[in-house]
Parts: sequence; structure tokens; C-alpha cells
Amino acid sequence: MTRHLILGTGVAGIAAAQSIRSLDVNAEIILLGDDPHGYYSRPGLAYYLTGEIGEKQLFPFFTTDFQRLNTRYVKGRAVKIFRGEHQVELEGGNRLSYDSLLVAVGSQAVRLTVPGAELEGVVKLDHLTDARHISQLARRTKRAVVVGGGITALELVEGLLSQRVKVTYLLRGDRYWNNVLDEHESRVVERRLQEEGVELIFHAELIEILGKRGRVDSIRLLDGRTLRCDMLAYAIGIQPRVELAKDSGLAVDKGILVNEHLQTNDPNIFAAGDVAQAYDPLTGRSIIDSLWNPAREQGYVAGLNMAGKKTAYIKSAPFNVTRLAGLTTTIIGAVGRGRDDDLVGIARGDSETFRSLPDSISAQTGFEINRLRLLIGEKHLVGALVMGDQTLSMPLQKMIAGHADISPIREKLMAHQARLGDVVAEFWKKWSRSNR
Amino acid sequence: MAFKDLFRHETTRHKASSAGQVMPDSARCVQCGICTYNCPIGIDVRRHAWMGEAVVNSRCLTCGECVARCPRGVLRFDHTDLFTEADQ
Repeated sequence: MTRHLILGTGVAGIAAAQSIRSLDVNAEIILLGDDPHGYYSRPGLAYYLTGEIGEKQLFPFFTTDFQRLNTRYVKGRAVKIFRGEHQVELEGGNRLSYDSLLVAVGSQAVRLTVPGAELEGVVKLDHLTDARHISQLARRTKRAVVVGGGITALELVEGLLSQRVKVTYLLRGDRYWNNVLDEHESRVVERRLQEEGVELIFHAELIEILGKRGRVDSIRLLDGRTLRCDMLAYAIGIQPRVELAKDSGLAVDKGILVNEHLQTNDPNIFAAGDVAQAYDPLTGRSIIDSLWNPAREQGYVAGLNMAGKKTAYIKSAPFNVTRLAGLTTTIIGAVGRGRDDDLVGIARGDSETFRSLPDSISAQTGFEINRLRLLIGEKHLVGALVMGDQTLSMPLQKMIAGHADISPIREKLMAHQARLGDVVAEFWKKWSRSNR
Repeated sequence: MAFKDLFRHETTRHKASSAGQVMPDSARCVQCGICTYNCPIGIDVRRHAWMGEAVVNSRCLTCGECVARCPRGVLRFDHTDLFTEADQ
């Protein structure tokens, strides 16, 4: 009997188990994971922190779902792949053999390295264990400082505010998420945070966390200022968990390099999700996404290939729907460029594509809260950012992914004070009808 | 106003359509479960979103709670086939 071994119990691993099972009812499928909580909605942790859902709701699958999938769950951490022997060694020395192997171990928060980072009260938001810890600590926290950028930093800010903690958010530069949002959008988010009582400090560089009796007591900034706080929450980026692959001789760049079949340089080993750097035949580039849906799609395609059905992963324009300071925001395709000083590498809910803006022209419309920004290329839209009213986010997502030829409306979009929303909606009606 | 309430501000436009059904766009869904949690009659809406299938459930009230609460715009009302045909 063929044995498929899946390392990781996130969405990529689960999707792979489903696609393998859809092709092979008899194969043995083992899910090996070191997260004590198994499969849950990682993006849902933000809503768990704000109290919108309880812990129970984070788990999309019941025991019966795993029974139906007929998977075996092994709790543990893989430390070495013996590729010649087709075996994986677990912490403790046990080994599991495989016919095909999927590495879908995800990513982890880049650790803070300033002095004092080991104190109690220094927190990150990687897993459910972290979210639980933050929730418990928040009950006796009066004042927290958040450092970092991207979506996770705001999830921390919003989660702590919901638990009535006074929050100070430190930014190293002069605005929030400067390589994805434009200045206006950054200011909208910042203003909304300030209205909710968040203190923002720009050009702030954390250099030390000071403790009393092993717990956070205050922090020190590069300019000499000291701020009192009981908690320091950080989100300075994530890094794919590539150590295992690297130690086992798999080709690794920022993530594990895989071809369009999600296959590594070892034909029996595949990678998917946050840990994979997937080749995109359309652009010829290998990209890291830290997004739920690409992870699910990659896992599914990897599973098909593991079960013997050769299938290419077609990367579509990445997009993410998120809430920035309470404002629903959809980011599609390429909307920015450059680097953000608040992040090291990539963040959760992020795609390298978001920052790969080629030469294009930006058109924007809307009031402060409902905002639409389009990045217009020669013949196509290369990206879009929709804040507030989301009516157009799905049409734009489809049009960008489907490389809609916008030549007929390009001039209208570029006109001074163009009513972008109306022009896009009108075009969408015709385009969607002819592209069903 | 609590910060949490701010989140709802945008999504309190409850729409109800007796002729409709709730349709998910599974590519937007992250399986957070807010929809299922808020369904007054306990339909596992999230499951439908995972499968990419309309919430075809005779108990669904089309009250719009799941549509309004979803923080990522996954759910919308769609006409049922029956009415779509009639509309055309």
C-alpha cells in the first residue's frame, strides 16, 4: 500500500490529504504535525483575539471529517529526511517511511532579538498557543506596546484594544505598511487607530525591553525615550520553516524551491503553502505567498501529483481580504513596491507579488472610507486596492486574474476625476458576460 | 464605542431575499467560522464555503446574519436557479 506522508497540519496539508484521497481510496495518509492543536484557521486567530469567535470555532473539521478522510495523525516534529531510504526521522529518534512526502510545515514569526526579548510579556502571534497566551496575559495588562508591520501587527493592536488594553504602536518609518498601501491609505488606517485611542509613535526604534522580576516593565527607544508597558507584542515578519529541507539537501532559496508541479529537486518530495517558493510559469519567477487560498490550492495540487495525477499549479493573482483598523480592505495583484522598515522579509497575509508593481499608472477615487485604487498597465489592470465598500472587489479580482483587456476603458480610467467605480462596474457587466 | 463595534459598522446592512440563497466565494474564505457561529439556526455555513457550494438548506432563513458578519465578504445572496430562470 502506498504511503503518503504529510508534514504539517495546516490548510496545505489538509487540502493535500483531500486530493490524495479523492484519487486513491486505499492509500495510507499520515499527517505529522508539531502544532498541539492540529488543523485550525490561522487567520481566524485575529477574530479570536477580538472576541468575535470562541476557540471552538477555529476548528473547521470534526473528528468525523478526519475519519472520513481516513488519515492517521501523528503528533511530532520531523528533524531529518533520509531521502535515500525514504524515511523521516522524528524528534526522539522514531522514523516514518514514505513513498511520497509533502513538506507543508508553514512559516514562523521572525524572532525579536533586542535585549529583554526573553522576558515574560513579550508575545508574538504565530499559533493558537500564542493567541491563548495573549488573551490570558491581556487580562492583567494595562498598557501594551506593539512593534512591527503588515496585517499581523494590526491584528495584535485590534485584539488588545478589544480587551481594553491601552496600546502604543511603534513604527520605524513615517507611515504604516508603506510598500503596499499608498500614503493616503496609510493615513486613513493610522487616523482610525488614533480615533480608537491607539498612540502611534513614528520613527521609533525599539532597542531594549526592560523587566522587573522577569516580566516586561518598560521599553527603551533609540532616541532615549522610555515607555512604560506590561506587554510587548511584535510582528516583524515571518520566515518559511526551511531548516528541515535545507538539512536534507533540498533546494532552498527563501522557501523550498518547487516546480509547477510543486515538486522539489527530489521527485518524491513536494512542498506547499507558506514554506514553498512556487514557480510561476507565467512570470518565470518563484514567489512566496503567505496566504490561505494559495496554500490550499498548492496543497491540493501537490496531493494530486503525489497520487500520480500530473497537474500544474497555475498561480493566479494573489489577493487578500483583511481588516485594517476595522476597515475591510482587499489587496489584489501588485499594488506597491520597495521595502517596509517595519518588516523583515514577508508578513502573514502577504504575497511578494503585492510589492512587485511594474511600471503602471495609479488611478484612485473615493472618499476616505470607501476607496478604490487601480494600478493600470498597458492593456491590463495589474493590481487593485479596495477599502471600505467591497462591491467591486470580486469583479476586480476576476478581471485581474483573468487578464481582462481594459483597452476599451483605459482612457476613461485615466481621465481626471474619473468615476472609477462606475467605469469598472459597467465594464465588468460586459466582460463577465463574455467570459463565463 | 468599543473597537469591536467598529467592525460591525460596515456590515450591518442586512439584506434579506426570500428568493435567494447564500452563495460563498471559497477563494476568499479562511474558515474562521464567524458565519457558522452567528447562524441563528446552526447551519454550518463555513462547510458550504469550504466546498464552494451554495447554502442549500431548507432550514436557512436567509436572514443575512452570516452574510453581514463575514469579515471577508465571502458570502452573498444569489438568486436560486428557479428564480434566475424566471428573471431571464
